[in-house]
Amino acid sequence: MSLKKTPLHAAHQRAGAKLVDFAGWEMPLHYGSQMEEHKMVRAGAGMFDVSHMQVVDIHGPQAQAFLRYLLANDVAKLKTEGRALYSCMLNEAGGVIDDLIIYWTGGDSYRAVVNAATAEGDIAHMQQVAKDFDVNVEPRPEFALIAIQGPQAVEKTLPLLPEDLRAAGDLKPFSAVWNDSWFVARTGYTGEDGFEVMLPAEQADGFWEQLKDAGVNPIGLGARDTLRLEAGMNLYGTDMDDRTNPLTANLGWTIALKDPERDFVGRKAIEQWKAEGVSERMVGLVLEGRGVLRGGTRIETPSGDGVVTSGSFSPSLGVSVAFARIPAAVDAEELQADIRGRMLPVRVVKPVFVRNGEPQIELNR
Amino acid sequence: MSEAPKDLKYTKSHEWVRQEADGSVTIGITDHAQELLGDLVFVEAPEAGASVEAGSACATVESVKAASDVYAPLSGEVTEANEELADSPEKVNESPFDEGWLFKMKPSDASQLDALMDADAYAAHVEAES
Repeated sequence: MSLKKTPLHAAHQRAGAKLVDFAGWEMPLHYGSQMEEHKMVRAGAGMFDVSHMQVVDIHGPQAQAFLRYLLANDVAKLKTEGRALYSCMLNEAGGVIDDLIIYWTGGDSYRAVVNAATAEGDIAHMQQVAKDFDVNVEPRPEFALIAIQGPQAVEKTLPLLPEDLRAAGDLKPFSAVWNDSWFVARTGYTGEDGFEVMLPAEQADGFWEQLKDAGVNPIGLGARDTLRLEAGMNLYGTDMDDRTNPLTANLGWTIALKDPERDFVGRKAIEQWKAEGVSERMVGLVLEGRGVLRGGTRIETPSGDGVVTSGSFSPSLGVSVAFARIPAAVDAEELQADIRGRMLPVRVVKPVFVRNGEPQIELNR
Repeated sequence: MSEAPKDLKYTKSHEWVRQEADGSVTIGITDHAQELLGDLVFVEAPEAGASVEAGSACATVESVKAASDVYAPLSGEVTEANEELADSPEKVNESPFDEGWLFKMKPSDASQLDALMDADAYAAHVEAES
């Protein structure tokens, strides 16, 4: 089967990208050095082609009722047009079908952005649930998506936006502005300030080149992964999937149980888990020795084994950091990681390592 | 396209070997290997005095992406490790055939070198693998 290509595929080839298969899409892993690209985003500005992610518009008289039932977070929290919410979409058993961002675009309209790997299943699930509501679920594959991130991302991007969208400079985090064809949100997946821009596919290449001329560097999926890990953000398929109890994946804060009247898919399972108490929890780990925590690394604790879900060398901190799922009973601050047969000490920390260019954890060395 | 100097010998597991005038050999990983691994963050080379067997894992190179064993191309005794790499593992990426060498050793039997590939054979091997 041939790989799908985004509207920026030619731009990646021109830039000498190392292209890889990502969820059926041919995407840039890096353009030379993942480490350099990571540091550019923390220090300046970088751009990511995220056109493989799917935009789904939801509109109709019962759009809000539908989304309040579909999603574990509560879209009734969105009081201002353009505001966004991070949410999980659960199955009846409480497992995570996907995580997504949902924007209220005014009146009876919402816009969701879902992960590439899960998009097809997500849309099928949404359309299935939508049968009981007066609502329309409309995939919008015609968009290109570009994320521009870093301390200089906003100032470099603003002059290149359509004139009627320059108000994007005043956007609060998790808010968006749009016109007939462009949609600009102050969101991202790096822990830095910046925008995620949806635009017509045929304008993507030109906008990309303009950004490049303004000093915004193309960044591949490799650095995207280390940036989101440092920022403490989960990756679907790695840190959670449809068999994961979200309470064991640091996602409890995204599940809105406050309104007892609101039923949502998976609510019963979540309430049962809450009542029983969970047996595992997700923590951050830091390895200051010479080694790198990787997905699957075994973590030895006094209460049994845990496992790393996401781990890497942190280019910003110069040590390895990770998310790990460990027995909930563990309160030790130091655990042991099985690094290729050698047991090395790791420290338990809050799973947020770098935000806005600043370390969020103390290093001992 | 990665390069492979003509004056070196190569292994299937992507190490290179340079024969020095004093009878010792210098060992590193190829340009192709460093390209596959991406940015290196740790290098663990064997200590001087260690004796190694041809084909055995004797060093580790770890990148942002993955850890990988380095196999001894020859049997013999390690005489020196590249200590620069402890602080600057990126030298392996920047200069795999020169400043990024991993260790030097004295082969127990110099004729083992003849069994290794020359640059053309290595290039064909890389081609066949990709």
